Amino acid sequence: MTTNDLMALLPVLILGGASVIAMLLVAVRRNHRVMHAFTVTVFIVALLALFREPGTMPYVIAPLFVVDKFADFNTGLILAAGLSVLLLSFNYFEQREERKEEYYILLLLATVGGLVLLMSRHFVSLFLGLETMSISLYGLIAYLRARERSDEAGVKYLLLAALSSAFLLFGMALVYAEAGTMDFVGIGQYLAGISQAPMTVVAGFGLMLIGVGFKLGIVPFHMWAPDIYEGAPLPVAAYIATVSKGSMLVLLMRFYRDVNGYEYTILWWVLAIIAMASMFAGNWLALMQRNVKRLLAYSSISHMGYILIAFLAGMEAGQEAVMFYLVAYVITSIGAFGVLAMLSDEKDDAEMLEDFSGLFWRQPWLAAIFTAMLLSLAGIPLTAGFIGKFYVVAAGVNAGLWLLLALLVVNSVIGLFYYIRLVAVMFQPQEGAVVRRRLPFFGMFALSALMALLLWLGIYPSALIAVIRDMMLTMG
Amino acid sequence: MILLTFILLPLIGAFLAWASAAVHSTLPRWIALGVMLAGLILAAGVWIQPEPASVVGADWRYVYHQPWMPRFGVSLSLAMDGLGLLMIVLTFFLGSLAVLVSWEEIRDRTGFYYFNLLFVLGGIAGVFLVMDLFLFYFFWEVMLIPMYFLIGIWGHGRRLYASLKFFLFTQAGGLLMLLSILGLYFVHGASTGVYTFSYAELLQTPMEQGLGRWLMLGFMAAFLVKLPAFPFHTWLPDAHTEAPTAGSVILAGLLLKTGAYGILRFVLPLFPEACHYFADVFMLMGAIGILYGGQLAYAQTDFKRLVAYTSVSHMGFVLVGAFAFNELAYQGVVMQMITHGISTGALFMIAGVLYERLHTRELEKMGGLWAALPGLGTITMVFVMASLGLPGLGNFIAEFLILAGSWQANSWITVLAAIGLVVATVYSLRIMQKVFFGISLREFRLKDMTFREAAMLLPLVIAIIWLGLFPQRVIDTAAKAAPVVAFQYKDK
Repeated sequence: MTTNDLMALLPVLILGGASVIAMLLVAVRRNHRVMHAFTVTVFIVALLALFREPGTMPYVIAPLFVVDKFADFNTGLILAAGLSVLLLSFNYFEQREERKEEYYILLLLATVGGLVLLMSRHFVSLFLGLETMSISLYGLIAYLRARERSDEAGVKYLLLAALSSAFLLFGMALVYAEAGTMDFVGIGQYLAGISQAPMTVVAGFGLMLIGVGFKLGIVPFHMWAPDIYEGAPLPVAAYIATVSKGSMLVLLMRFYRDVNGYEYTILWWVLAIIAMASMFAGNWLALMQRNVKRLLAYSSISHMGYILIAFLAGMEAGQEAVMFYLVAYVITSIGAFGVLAMLSDEKDDAEMLEDFSGLFWRQPWLAAIFTAMLLSLAGIPLTAGFIGKFYVVAAGVNAGLWLLLALLVVNSVIGLFYYIRLVAVMFQPQEGAVVRRRLPFFGMFALSALMALLLWLGIYPSALIAVIRDMMLTMG
Repeated sequence: MILLTFILLPLIGAFLAWASAAVHSTLPRWIALGVMLAGLILAAGVWIQPEPASVVGADWRYVYHQPWMPRFGVSLSLAMDGLGLLMIVLTFFLGSLAVLVSWEEIRDRTGFYYFNLLFVLGGIAGVFLVMDLFLFYFFWEVMLIPMYFLIGIWGHGRRLYASLKFFLFTQAGGLLMLLSILGLYFVHGASTGVYTFSYAELLQTPMEQGLGRWLMLGFMAAFLVKLPAFPFHTWLPDAHTEAPTAGSVILAGLLLKTGAYGILRFVLPLFPEACHYFADVFMLMGAIGILYGGQLAYAQTDFKRLVAYTSVSHMGFVLVGAFAFNELAYQGVVMQMITHGISTGALFMIAGVLYERLHTRELEKMGGLWAALPGLGTITMVFVMASLGLPGLGNFIAEFLILAGSWQANSWITVLAAIGLVVATVYSLRIMQKVFFGISLREFRLKDMTFREAAMLLPLVIAIIWLGLFPQRVIDTAAKAAPVVAFQYKDK
């Protein structure tokens, strides 16, 4: 390892080192405030570390990692998401748990896993990153162990994630057995060299898809999502929805590029069917929910379906659209779960539709933020979600995916129905005296920033689009 | 720059109104009124001015251009021709009245109310001015959300149902339009190498016949829902009935016009071939709308619902006229857009005024009101007469021009449409009969028009009579904006 290698990996190293220090901090003396401040600082430092002296990009650290603009951009995205989750966490855990400090260690470790995924170009680093993240998530999901649904969610995630990892491993083994390499580019070269992919490789890809599909929460591997979202602490749910799914998606994009996945029609059709099923199942089930957490869980399944449409639209326009949509999705998901976290009190999370009744007249600012997030999820103008959806549709039209787009239109309308219903609930006239609670500063700060970002990207998306384009072009 | 002002004025006013509610709860309505009147004066000023030497060769009075999202070829490009100008004048005219209408009716959450009201108007102004298809879709959607809130929060009984229905219908149509816009964008890009949403450039898109027809249908999906044309009209009666008075006025007077405007501005010039191919279908839809809407109007017992169905009927004329492809019908359509906005807006205001006094909209519970409300009765009479197409009032000119024009295109459908005038007579007279004549069983006294009510209804009376006697001014203004491409297509 040279100094350059270390520089390239700097953000991961900072987080990794910090998690060790965090453990020592807890051992010395428990203090929630210190721990929180420390973790926030670490995330900010890691974000700043992204602006290190750029060497040659893409910078390959053979055989495991590649650091390019694509990885850097997503590292930034994941770190920013993690930071927002952190800001939302303080008050949430302050109210609830007597031992809060380990939460931050787990969060740091999970993020390390996510970052490893973003830059891995090899099965080994993929698996290491994935497991680092998953194992931390088991702990995070079950963190509020006193709650009834908490253990259940944790155990459920543990079993299913372990199972999906097994599928992933087996798939990797099959591919390796045939291709003789675990390197993405190497696999791509091997596949390019033969006329037709052998059965073993196809089966391997199929099994890997199960593992990936589980993490992305797409149909038919979506069963865990609503239960986990419901049982996990709200900031953790936001974290799973964004960091865990996002890093997996980025990995999938890189893998697809390297192995020229777009050339395999069977794979294309499998994903197309998954996209359709995800849109329909997600929206349809969301429509049935009265529990807002489950509603968001199902709606995030359908959003993965939309993203898959962009993904299927092909290399250039499609992958750009995926990135933009992902950014918009990360902002809105954290925002939406953040609002829920703000509203929750010591005993219960705010999750039923009734909890939001008349919110606009009680907490106008919070309701405005939630409205903006929901409208963005629904793809209404002036929000980033609108540009994201526009991007997806543009990519789809460009590639001529008319069937998928027609279904997207149908699903958007179904989606509108429940988002708007939730908005309508917030604007219902409030009966009785208005009780205003003081809202925690950090959380409101994070949410306001997210909303500003959402509107900024909705009104002036050019800057982000330029960055994404530049990064996709240099990825090669 | 003045074009940008027309859009930004209501939008900025909206935020001011919202913020000012914290100071005093009546402040928002003064701000709203001031903003709308300022816009009206500005727009009228432009209209009165002699036309400037045309900018960039075309018939645009003003153009404004500014790149926005170069990656997609989206630019902030605005332009105004005669049609746009008329629509902007109408927007600010009805907008000012909508503020006046809400003066007493809206008492709670005034800040947020006027925010939504002004925001809808800003979105509508945007729709009438933008010359970039992306932005057109953008504003098309922008005006929906505040409208949704207006109906959903300040509406009557079944407001949630009505607002949701309105929203879903228009969104579904809008998304199909988005697909078509993008289709056009990529077709243009593939054939010319220039990816742009600019209206002027997309006009010259070479297109396969079949594809052009599909794309045209996508656009029409949005506009037919908005218009509303039979059978996409079912959202309208619900939305109208449940909306607060100002909401109904804006819906009938302006929102429906965005659909008509879209057909004239985008569908006809962009897809002349497809328009001629489908012309008969759409004209027939229009004629069915005229008769069906009229018949349903007759069957209503709720005043607002009745007026809502007359909108379906009157807007059918727009569809008939738009697809007749000649100057005469085109002028009729523009006239119809304006006169319908005024006369139906007025009828909804009258419904609001009556509701304030009687607390009911049921025709059965009215009757014999003339004795108590002679002033209001006279004004109602004017608009009922306008609605049935009495010569001397604006609507007559509009419908006459449309029928005269469409006769040249399709005489059978014109006959059907003309029967609609008879239907209109029947339901219009029924309004007068049920509300103002007959025996009154009422024992308590009713107040005739207040100053505020007169101030909002009299300008409408003057406008509708003026349009009926001197329509030439409007026709001249609109003349230059005619989608000549579509008219000439047949000759090729």
